[in-house]
Amino acid sequence: MEIYLDNSATTKIRKEVLDEIISVHTKCYGNPSSLHRMGLEAEKKIENTRKVISKFLNAKPEEIYFTGGGTESNNIAILGHLNTNKGDGNIITTQIEHPSVYNVYKKLENDNIKVNYVDVDNYGFINIEKLKNYLNENTLLVSLIMVNNEIGSIQDINNIVNIIKSVNPKTKIHIDGIQAFGKIPIDLKQFGVDSFSFSSHKIHGPKGVGGLYIKSNSRIAPINYGGNQEKGIRSGTENTPGIVGFGKAVELISDNFEQENLKLNNLKKELSYKIKKEIDDIKINSLLDKKGAPHILSISFKDVKGEVLVHYLEECGIYVSTGSACSSKGKNISRTLKSIGLDQDYVEGTIRYSFGFFNKIEEIDYVVEKTKESVEDIRNIIKR
Amino acid sequence: MYNIISISLGEIVLKGKNRGYFERKLMEQIKAVTNKFEGVKVFRDQGKIFVESNNEKDISEILEKIKKIFGIVQISPCIKVEKDIEIIKEKTIDIFKHIKSKQNVHTFKVATNRTDKRFPIKSMELNSLLGGIILKNFDDIKVDVHNPDVLIYVDIKSDCYIYSEKIKTLGGLPVGTNGKGLLLLSGGIDSPVAGYLMAKRGVEVQAIYYHTYPFTSERTDEKVKKLAEKISEYCGKIKLHSINILDVYKSIKSNCSEKESTILARRFMMRIAEKVAAENDIDVLITGENLGQVASQTVKSISVINEITGLPILRPLIGMDKTEIIEIAKQIDTYETSILPYDDCCSIFSPKHPVTRPKLNDIRKSEEYLNIDKLVSNAYSTMKIEIL
Repeated sequence: MEIYLDNSATTKIRKEVLDEIISVHTKCYGNPSSLHRMGLEAEKKIENTRKVISKFLNAKPEEIYFTGGGTESNNIAILGHLNTNKGDGNIITTQIEHPSVYNVYKKLENDNIKVNYVDVDNYGFINIEKLKNYLNENTLLVSLIMVNNEIGSIQDINNIVNIIKSVNPKTKIHIDGIQAFGKIPIDLKQFGVDSFSFSSHKIHGPKGVGGLYIKSNSRIAPINYGGNQEKGIRSGTENTPGIVGFGKAVELISDNFEQENLKLNNLKKELSYKIKKEIDDIKINSLLDKKGAPHILSISFKDVKGEVLVHYLEECGIYVSTGSACSSKGKNISRTLKSIGLDQDYVEGTIRYSFGFFNKIEEIDYVVEKTKESVEDIRNIIKR
Repeated sequence: MYNIISISLGEIVLKGKNRGYFERKLMEQIKAVTNKFEGVKVFRDQGKIFVESNNEKDISEILEKIKKIFGIVQISPCIKVEKDIEIIKEKTIDIFKHIKSKQNVHTFKVATNRTDKRFPIKSMELNSLLGGIILKNFDDIKVDVHNPDVLIYVDIKSDCYIYSEKIKTLGGLPVGTNGKGLLLLSGGIDSPVAGYLMAKRGVEVQAIYYHTYPFTSERTDEKVKKLAEKISEYCGKIKLHSINILDVYKSIKSNCSEKESTILARRFMMRIAEKVAAENDIDVLITGENLGQVASQTVKSISVINEITGLPILRPLIGMDKTEIIEIAKQIDTYETSILPYDDCCSIFSPKHPVTRPKLNDIRKSEEYLNIDKLVSNAYSTMKIEIL
C-alpha cells in the first residue's frame, strides 16, 4: 500500500507528461539556440509551451520565462527587481514566506537593506493595517506568498494590490505563486502584479523546471549571465524536455481544472472531518472554505511529535510531512506555525497532508484509521 | 617516476617469535588493497615490505590506501633500480629534478644505507659520488649535511632503492591480530573514534547499532551506515548489526522511574550486545563512553553497566577531552557525518535529570518490573545485518 499525501512537497509525474518528455529527449533533442532545423524544432516546442502557460495564467506569452525551478524564479524576481529599481526605500514581505523568499530577504538585510515583515492572524492572513503602516512613497518592493505552503491560506491578492497601488503606484509587487499554481484560478492581467513565480513538479510535471511571469513593462536585471537565453533573464541552455513536460502537465490540469480541484477539496474536507471526529485534542490549522487551498490540510496533534508520526505513518505506507518538507530537516520550529500563534503543545505535533491527482476518496478511511492508531500509541509513550 | 613503495613496520618488529604472524596479517591487508591493480607485486625484503608496479598512477593510488593500514609506521615512494652505478647516477638526477620542480631547493644531502656489503662502493664514497653528480647538474645548489632542504636516500639491498620522502603513517598493529570486538556504534562523534582506536591496536571490529524507529528516522540508519563505511577504510569490512529497542524504552518508560531510564537502557544494550558477541565469537565490547562528558557517564554508572556482562568493555576514549576526540574524528573524516542533525535513539527518550550515582541494588529492583528475557529476545529478533 502506498498513499502519497505529500503533494505540496512534490508530486508524482503523470504518465502523459513522462511520455512527452521521453519523446522530446529521443526525437527532439536539439539545442533551441542552434541554427539548424533541429534547433528550430526545439525552439518551436518551447514557444508552444509558453503559449499554453500564458493562456492558463491569462498573460502574454512574452511575459513567461522558464527557469530551473521555483526557488530560482523567486530569486530572479526579487533580486532582479532590486537590481533594476535602486533606491533607499524599504521592502515589505510577510512572516510566513517560503525559505526561497525568506532567505533572500535575510541576505538582503545583511547587506543593510531595510526589510519589514508583516505579521499574520491565526489563519495566516496578513495584517492589512501593518502593511499600510509599512508602505510609503519610497517602498521598492512588496513580495508575498499567495498560498502558504504549510497551512494553505490564500491571500486576497486583488485587495492587497489595490492597497499597495493606492499608496505607491511605483512599488513593485512579487507573488510567490508556487503552491497556488494549478490549484486556484489565476488571472495575472487582473492581478496587475509585476512578477509571479510557479513550478512544474508541484503539478505532476518534471522536477527542475520553473516559470516566472514578468509583466511586460516591468524591467528586471538578470542575476546570472551567459548565453542570454530567455531574453537574458535566465541564461543557460533551455531544458527543452522539462519545459515541454511542464506544458503537458499544465494542459492536463487546465482541461479539468474545476473538477480536479473540487476533488482535492473533497479529500481535504473528508479527512479533516473524520480526523476531528475520531481524535481528541487536535487543531485544524487549514481553512476548509474558499479561503484555504484545496490541497493542503495542516493538523496539529497535542502531545505528539510530528516527525515520529511521519515515521509511524510511513510504516503504514502513508507519506506526509511535518510542517513543510523544506524546513522539516532543520530543527527549527516552523516560522509559519509560530506566526499563526499556535500553542506550544501543538506546534511540535503538526502534520501536513497534501493531496494530488492520484489520491482517491477510498484512501481516506485508511489514513484516518492509521493516524488514529499512531497518535494514540505515540501519546501513550510520550505522555505516560 | 616512482615504481615501488617501501613500507616500514612499526611495533611488529618487536614481536619476537610472533613476528611472522603479524607480518602475514599485514601482508594480507596490503594485498587486499593492491589486488585490484594489475601487475602489482608485493614482497618482503630485509625487514621491509615492498609494493611494486610499473604503472605510476597505480603507485600513487595504492600509496593513499596503504596510508590507512594499521601496523605501518612509514612509507616511501621509491625508484627501484639495478645495483649499477651508472643507472643509480642517472636516476638520482631524475629524482632530484622531480623534487626541484615541486619545491624550492637550495641545499641537499645524500644518505646511503648499504645493507648489501658486496656492493663495491662504500656508503661514504657513494654519498660524495652522487652529491658531486647533483652539484654538477644543477645550479645554485649546495650541500648541507646538518639541515638540508632535501634528503636523497639511497638504500643498497638486493636491489637499489632511491627516494626522498618518508611519510609517517598511523602505526598501531595490523587489524585482526588482537581478537574481535563489538563496537556499540551510535550516530554521534565518539563511538566511531572508539572503533578506530581499537582497530588501531589490532582488534577486528564489528558493530552494533540500536535504534527506536519510528521514534527515530531511517535517515539515522543511513548516517550510522555511512559512519561504519568511513571507519571501514581503516578497520576493514565491518559487519553492522542493527537492532530496534523501542519496546525496551517503552517498557522502561511505563514501569520505571524516568531518571533511571538511561542506565536501564544501557544495561539492555549490553545484554543484547553480549548475545550478539556470543553468536559471532567476539571477545570484547567497545564503547565510546567517556568519563563525565554527559551526566550519565560517571564511575558509578560504569560499574552498574559493567555488572551486566562477563565480557570486558573497552572504552578507549575514557580519559579524553571532547576536543581531543573531535580532533581524531576530523582526522578520520567521521566528524562531518556525525554532526548531521538527525535524532539518535538517546535524544527522544533521555530524561531531563538522569541519575548520576546509580546504586546497583536500586537498579536491580527497578528491573524486577521488566520482563528482561523477553525484551532482550524480542529486540534480538529485530536484528538486521549488513556488511559495510
